[in-house]
Amino acid sequence: MSRSLKKGPFVHASLAKKIEDMNKKGEKRVIKTWSRASMIVPDMIGHTIAVYDGKKHRAVFVTEQMIGHRLGEFSKTREFRAHAGSGKTATRTETSDGK
Amino acid sequence: MARIAGIDLPRNKRTVIALTYIYGIGRSTSEKICNKLSVPDERRIQDLTEDEIGRLREEIEKTGMPVEGDLRRVEGLSVKRLIEINCYRGQRHRRGLPTRGQRTKTNARTRRGRKRVTIANKKIAPSKG
Repeated sequence: MSRSLKKGPFVHASLAKKIEDMNKKGEKRVIKTWSRASMIVPDMIGHTIAVYDGKKHRAVFVTEQMIGHRLGEFSKTREFRAHAGSGKTATRTETSDGK
Repeated sequence: MARIAGIDLPRNKRTVIALTYIYGIGRSTSEKICNKLSVPDERRIQDLTEDEIGRLREEIEKTGMPVEGDLRRVEGLSVKRLIEINCYRGQRHRRGLPTRGQRTKTNARTRRGRKRVTIANKKIAPSKG
């Protein structure tokens, strides 16, 4: 079931506040957020939001086309390296899943 | 000859069925169109009058609902958009994998194409390939 229109799009309150403050001051700064479920709204265009992927914050530069999508869609939570024995050895780097 | 939206409708089929030969029109849309224009949907295409065919053509080609080439273009553009904004669904499109969270351990053959036999499987099923 889709969300009631009466409520408007969901944006985490603290994230919305930070965006609003930045727009007022006209500054641009990377905001870290854990709120992957927040909808991208027109206010966010041009800002860079660092969306948590479970391990680190991935920088997402918001463009006009992204409106209506959610922040989590742009910060992948799984990193596919290679299958075991496929020749390309899976190297454990800072970004890989692992332990 | 009943030619609607650039394709020939099969003449010996019932109207509801024949309309579904147009890309973008399925059973329910077809039924809706027949009801709206009060074209008897069980009548075969070859038995329709010129006027009825004209009305069908008018309805399908001019109501703003994309069919055939237009629809394919619209679909292509929305996939392209998903790929360009680099969202999860776009990445799945890029890799040719299902985009709506289906499992890919098995199945997903529509998106992934024909089954590929790995070397390990060849011994068990040598005829496949």
